Amino acid sequence: MLMKKTLLAGALSLLAGSAYAECGIESGRISIIGNEFPAIQTVGAGAMACASDTVEAKSNLTADHQKLNVAGMSGNPAEYTTAIIANSSIVALMNDDLIRPLDDLVAKHGDGLTKNQLITIDGKIMAIAFMANAQHLVYRKDILEKVGAEPPKTYEDMIAIADKIRKEGILENPVGGAYAAGWNLAQEFNNMFLGYGGEFFKPGTAEPNVNSEAGIKALETMKALSEYMNPDFLTHDSNATNAEYRAGNVALMNMWGSRAATLTSAEGVPQDVIDGFAISGPMTVGGGSTPASTLWWDGWTVSKNISDEDAEATFIAMKNAIDPAILEDPEVALQAVWLLEGYKPTDAAKGVYDAAGMKTIPYPTYPYMGLMHTALGNELTDFMQGKESAEQALKDVEAAYTAAAKEKGFL
Amino acid sequence: MKHRTFFWFFLPTALAMLIFIAAPIVSVVLQSLFVPHEAVLIETENCGPFGCTTSVVIDQEATEELRAEQPLGRFAGLEIYFDRGHLATAEVASAWTTSSSIGEFLGAVGDLPFYRAMSFTLTYTFVVTPLLIALGFVIALAVNALSRRIKGLVIFFSLLPMIVTPLIGSLILFWMIDSRGVIGELIQYLTGDPSLSLKASTPLMWIALIVYGVWHSAPFAFVVFYAGLQTVPQDTLESARIDGATRWQQTRYVVIPHLMPLVTFVALIQLMDNFRVFEPIVGFNASAHATSLSWIIFNDLGGETNQLSAAATTSVLTIIGVAILLSPVLVRTWRDFRGKA
Repeated sequence: MLMKKTLLAGALSLLAGSAYAECGIESGRISIIGNEFPAIQTVGAGAMACASDTVEAKSNLTADHQKLNVAGMSGNPAEYTTAIIANSSIVALMNDDLIRPLDDLVAKHGDGLTKNQLITIDGKIMAIAFMANAQHLVYRKDILEKVGAEPPKTYEDMIAIADKIRKEGILENPVGGAYAAGWNLAQEFNNMFLGYGGEFFKPGTAEPNVNSEAGIKALETMKALSEYMNPDFLTHDSNATNAEYRAGNVALMNMWGSRAATLTSAEGVPQDVIDGFAISGPMTVGGGSTPASTLWWDGWTVSKNISDEDAEATFIAMKNAIDPAILEDPEVALQAVWLLEGYKPTDAAKGVYDAAGMKTIPYPTYPYMGLMHTALGNELTDFMQGKESAEQALKDVEAAYTAAAKEKGFL
Repeated sequence: MKHRTFFWFFLPTALAMLIFIAAPIVSVVLQSLFVPHEAVLIETENCGPFGCTTSVVIDQEATEELRAEQPLGRFAGLEIYFDRGHLATAEVASAWTTSSSIGEFLGAVGDLPFYRAMSFTLTYTFVVTPLLIALGFVIALAVNALSRRIKGLVIFFSLLPMIVTPLIGSLILFWMIDSRGVIGELIQYLTGDPSLSLKASTPLMWIALIVYGVWHSAPFAFVVFYAGLQTVPQDTLESARIDGATRWQQTRYVVIPHLMPLVTFVALIQLMDNFRVFEPIVGFNASAHATSLSWIIFNDLGGETNQLSAAATTSVLTIIGVAILLSPVLVRTWRDFRGKA
């Protein structure tokens, strides 16, 4: 018995020793908060692999990360030592001064990071990006062939094809859209609004500027699209929209690159959905040349309110998680458009690459953009249900935004 | 009991109430009177994988200085209480002057977040509370009439809705009423309308939320009433029976009057709970159709907005709302107490 125990202890210490050797962290605490799509799951798991007897590692990957990260990083010491964020959600952390500049850590441990990956704000490195993302077209080539249509390049084409698919009785609601009230609905408006050439704020100020011709046109296009969606669309986030696609109920949708690549690899997806799966670039709208989409990067940050030891441990673990070696696994390479050295675009990366090539506008990073996004998410639902006009909905958005921006001291 | 003895007995409770109830309320009220400092913005160049853009960021050093001077923020008084996100006095007044009919006025007011939330919250509270009391009472009567052998099992199953975590309970129901779920399909089959969707219609969503509310809270009323039923004086019941009272008359004239204080108790607790309805709105993803004050607080505190002052103000308004709701019951209890003394 004693023998067995000794052996077990020996084996465990060997395991711990190997983890130590791999990550090179002596001690510290790593605690991750982030979104939950496949590529981030990979990064989270990579950092967790640095756990050992002396290194404590935890991760909390959830779609509600934006509701948790500010609160979880405000304490001292902060609960989360790193937040995996995107270009939109880094703003909330910057606003409250919750993340530390990484220049010293990059100088010490940053070899292998490309310049592309360093997110600098006001001359300081504030985050390390590891992937690019955008929303783009995902469609069923078998269904489009049946109705004799090419993959749509514009939203107008998309509506026309959807109408054909419905008229021929192939699918009742051929369009999928993450139109869930709240963040998702607002994001779809942002895409369309930028596609029509809209500007969210009056130049040089925090004054809202969405109640404009571009805003009204954007809403009208969204309304026209929603006629071809499952009637429950206001409760469908991107997970639910993907489920509809997997079930074979959807032929055309605007979907995140980060979720599209692995869309059909889930269990139980019918064979015709797997075979018909195809990806294309983002669509334009209203004759414009700027795609009705936004460009994103995803990356990680390090908390300000933690000890230097924990910050260093976190940096090393997170950098270890995005080591270019992870791309050797073909499944990982497929998960995202990685910004890592040696990444070769897969077929699934076409959508995001096209988005970048077509000069899609990156998601705006004004400190007050989050307030605008929230106001849009809450106030557009009445219009989408046909309860009020587009003008009234946009007037409500501006009023809600103004009240919030006044309170937060932006106006 | 001597006053002195009472004081020492009560002291620990009083301290706990002071720390866990009174102090947080004071802090919330204080927070609702202050707003964050004016944001000091500086123009910067931000670079990343898509090149460099000029944007603005908050000047942290300048903000730090402002905070050091006035740690609570800017004093706003009751400004937040009257802004569009809350009582919206200016918007209501302008709706009153510009509307040509009462209907138009109510429509304009119902478009404001606070009043929209109140219209659902009050409907929910005043429909769910009486229904759950009635249902709980009927279940209690039915279970009380069962034979001793199966009683335990039935009680356990009747309590299940209350045992299930509210969020999980509402999620399960949410999946069932999905247009591709069991109940959703059944409704489409019964009405013969394949495009009918519970989640796409505001009235149907309200009904679903109310049904969930009754389902979730009825067991609470049931447990209380069932306990009360064990104390109904058998002599009175027996004499009623000898006088030829029917079962209904026995219930109406003996059982219900006996349980009346318990009805007050259940109503009190449930009015308070239902006014703070929250979980089903999140679980049902129903914010497009129904919001409540608690949901507004949750939404204001979400990461990207983080509007502490707005959330604190809504909290204070919720406390005031609960106090107004409970005042009739509290006044009655006070009168009963005075009458007895």
